Amino acid sequence: MTVVEQRPAAPAAPPPRRTNRLWALLRNSWRQLTSMRTALVLLFLLAIAAIPGSIFPQRAVNAERVTQYYQAHPDLAPWLERLGGFEVYASPWFASIYLLLFTSLIGCVVPRLLDHVRALRMAPPEAPKRLERLPEHAEPFPRAGEPAEVAASVARDLRRRRWRTKVREAEDGSWTVSAEKGHLKESGNLLFHFALLAVLIGVGFGHWYGWHANRLLVGGNASGFCNTLTQYDDSTLGPRVQPADLPNFCLKLTDFDATFQSTGQPKTFLATVQVTQDGGPAETRKFTVNDPLRLGDANVYLLGHGYAPVLKYTDRFGVSQTKVVPFLPIDAMQTSEGVAQFPDVNIDPKTDKRDSTLQMGFEGRYLPTAPTDGRATSAFPAEDNPMLYLTAYRGDLGLDVGTPGSVYSLDQGQLASGELKNVSGTRPHALKLGGTWTLDDGTKLEFVGTRPFATLSVRHDPTQGLVLAGAVLGLIGLMLSLGGHRRRVWFRARRNTDLTGSSASSGGTLLAAGGLPRTDYPGFPDEFKAVVKAAEEGTP
Amino acid sequence: MAELSNQLMAAAVLAYLIAMVCYAGEYAFGKRSRIGRAAIRPVEAKQLVGAGATVPADTVPADAVPPVVVETSETPAGRDRGELVGRIAVGVNVLAVLLHLGGLVTRGVAADRMPWGNMYEYILSTTFIASAVWIGVVLARPAVRHLGLFASLALVVMLGAATMIAYTPVGPLVPALNSYWFIIHVSTIIIGSGIFLIGAVPAAMFLIRNGYDEGKRKFPYTLGKHVPAAVTLERLTFRLHAFAFPLFTFGALIAGPIWAEASWGRYWGWDPKEVWAFISWVVYAGYLHARATPSVKRTVATWIALLGFVTMLMNLFGVNLFFEGLHSYANAG
Ligand code: HEM
Repeated sequence: MTVVEQRPAAPAAPPPRRTNRLWALLRNSWRQLTSMRTALVLLFLLAIAAIPGSIFPQRAVNAERVTQYYQAHPDLAPWLERLGGFEVYASPWFASIYLLLFTSLIGCVVPRLLDHVRALRMAPPEAPKRLERLPEHAEPFPRAGEPAEVAASVARDLRRRRWRTKVREAEDGSWTVSAEKGHLKESGNLLFHFALLAVLIGVGFGHWYGWHANRLLVGGNASGFCNTLTQYDDSTLGPRVQPADLPNFCLKLTDFDATFQSTGQPKTFLATVQVTQDGGPAETRKFTVNDPLRLGDANVYLLGHGYAPVLKYTDRFGVSQTKVVPFLPIDAMQTSEGVAQFPDVNIDPKTDKRDSTLQMGFEGRYLPTAPTDGRATSAFPAEDNPMLYLTAYRGDLGLDVGTPGSVYSLDQGQLASGELKNVSGTRPHALKLGGTWTLDDGTKLEFVGTRPFATLSVRHDPTQGLVLAGAVLGLIGLMLSLGGHRRRVWFRARRNTDLTGSSASSGGTLLAAGGLPRTDYPGFPDEFKAVVKAAEEGTP
Repeated sequence: MAELSNQLMAAAVLAYLIAMVCYAGEYAFGKRSRIGRAAIRPVEAKQLVGAGATVPADTVPADAVPPVVVETSETPAGRDRGELVGRIAVGVNVLAVLLHLGGLVTRGVAADRMPWGNMYEYILSTTFIASAVWIGVVLARPAVRHLGLFASLALVVMLGAATMIAYTPVGPLVPALNSYWFIIHVSTIIIGSGIFLIGAVPAAMFLIRNGYDEGKRKFPYTLGKHVPAAVTLERLTFRLHAFAFPLFTFGALIAGPIWAEASWGRYWGWDPKEVWAFISWVVYAGYLHARATPSVKRTVATWIALLGFVTMLMNLFGVNLFFEGLHSYANAG
């Protein structure tokens, strides 16, 4: 158990005056807020408030699941939205709990810090009158020498054992040694609680001044990107970050290596990139899962990978176009789905007019290793037997309407209205690597090859270091606090007046000792015995 | 090797069961055994500081003197059977822990990695720590041996649940787990959680014993008759929790975020596993607070520790089964 030191009660309040009511109310509320009980209640509220975030999908974790939830529970979802159920950890009620908790924390630890500093500067307190009533005590024993000398020697010995000591002379001519140890416990405790504050501040600033963005990057020299918002698939800037603040760098994925176990489980990934920072020279860097590319003001994380088939379409007029289209993996064996859209084809070179009924779209699957049994799922994530299964559509792709469509699927509205028609039958057409598919109108699609792509997350959190430092200091404080023990021992040295012996005249000292553990400390009796034994023997 | 691991685990569960029966046997002998007598010896409410003593500043904690269980010198003539059965129980328990360890090691060898790659292995490791710590406690302090019945019961239940709902064949690690932070993060959490788990046993028994001491004689309280004195239980509870807390803090709130930063790009993302680790941490912090607050009763504080246990179970089993998150090793089966 820990005995929390009682601070002296505040001096009696002056007779109540009307004007003081508000002040008193404020002061009482503050006392309430900074009490340990309130801290306990707030801790519980915090724990309970965190639960919904693990039950309902969180937008910050996975926005897609929130959309799914909306579809599954159309009645409930708007209500949850209003209550912040999809953004629990950014909701006002969650914030109000931890802000109250941290206000309480400040109100609690600042006075304790002052008390502690005072206690550190104060000498250990005077010995109680009757040492034999302390939980640990030793029968008085004789030692040679004057009381003052003995006391000084005992104190010296204790100091060597890193006790804080104070020697005092009492009115009756006896000398006392007061010694105290274990202030590190309270220091650790304060360190821990202040470190919590540092962590909270760090997290808050990180949120304000951090940013992150995602990008799917296809390998090859032609397709790099630079760190500007328009070149990302999606991005989130902290409230205090302007687009112009983003550091200046460009990335190109020159190589991507993936190795797999025979079971298809991935073994290693390695992305090789060319980086140019601030217009400097290009350098080649490599990074992988668990080991991000750390640039000065941003880190690039490798989150996933896949294949982008390279498709060459040759239209009625013999004009060809080549597109590299990333297909998104839908299972662990890299069965991937995607779409290739060719809006600017079949343009009559004579009129130079685009016929929107002749745009082409191809939708389907890519299997890096097509199984021998003809199933349409990949058997292995590496490209051992690449195969494309595609369905061709002709008509208006609906790309001009202005509504940004997905680049991974065809416009469902156009398909439903019949403006975009299936022209290859119900069974998807299988295309081997290098194969060419001649469509009903004589146009051709060639499966030229594939390129790897990597999904990257680019992030910057300026206070990550502060948060880590806070957490580590907090842990150190915690261990000091939980492992430390405050305890006191006292010695009283009196002139030995035992007249039954002959030593009365020869002087000598009678030394009594007592000890008080101020926290739960089962090892104290042994320590006390050791201290007393050392005092009995004295130091030569 | 994988087969051997399964057999060793089955043997371990069997040994835990036998140990449990032996503990129960000693329990039934009740106060005839030395431990039993020690258990029911009333705690001397020593008057530590007399009136008028000038102890400075603060009062002496009421339990400043540990209620040492005095080893009575003489056992009654004729072998004390309860004692004997109790010793056998501890022996079988040690054997069970060794089998458990064997099961873990062979599993690791079979998979050629640390045996913490999925939920099944994670539970196996956590319960092993819980069990090993329990053996450590009981060897150091035979006076708490009566808790063995409840400790082995808890282990058998958890191991059974692990085998039934989480069994996973041996498999390799996904690359995301292939990092030395994996070892640091998971091992410290496993050790911390294991100690928290076993800490719930003295916590529950303290509440029961305390109720018994207060004169309650209905079902769970009758179990309190032969367990160690309430103060001993309460202190053991605290020491286990105080030891586990920094370990868990390091594993879940420092090593975990460091690894998450390197692997997912953010140190904290409120993934369900993270949420529940946070909840457990806050609840155990609440326990330590409550225990340090003189105005909060020890029973209340101990209830909080048990609440922490519930959140740990949620983290071990519930999160893996109910929620879907980034922690791929959390996937059951
Ligand atoms: C932000 C949430 C908080 C957390 C996570 C937290 C955590 C902890 C933990 C784990 C301990 C036990 C370890 C130790 O003895 O140092 C502790 C002790 C303590 N906390 Fe907090 N705390 C929080 C807020 C507060 C607040 C608001 C107060 C004041 C009202 C407070 C006052 C104390 C005191 C006085 C102790 C020392 C108990 C002793 O003497 O052992 N804490 N805290």
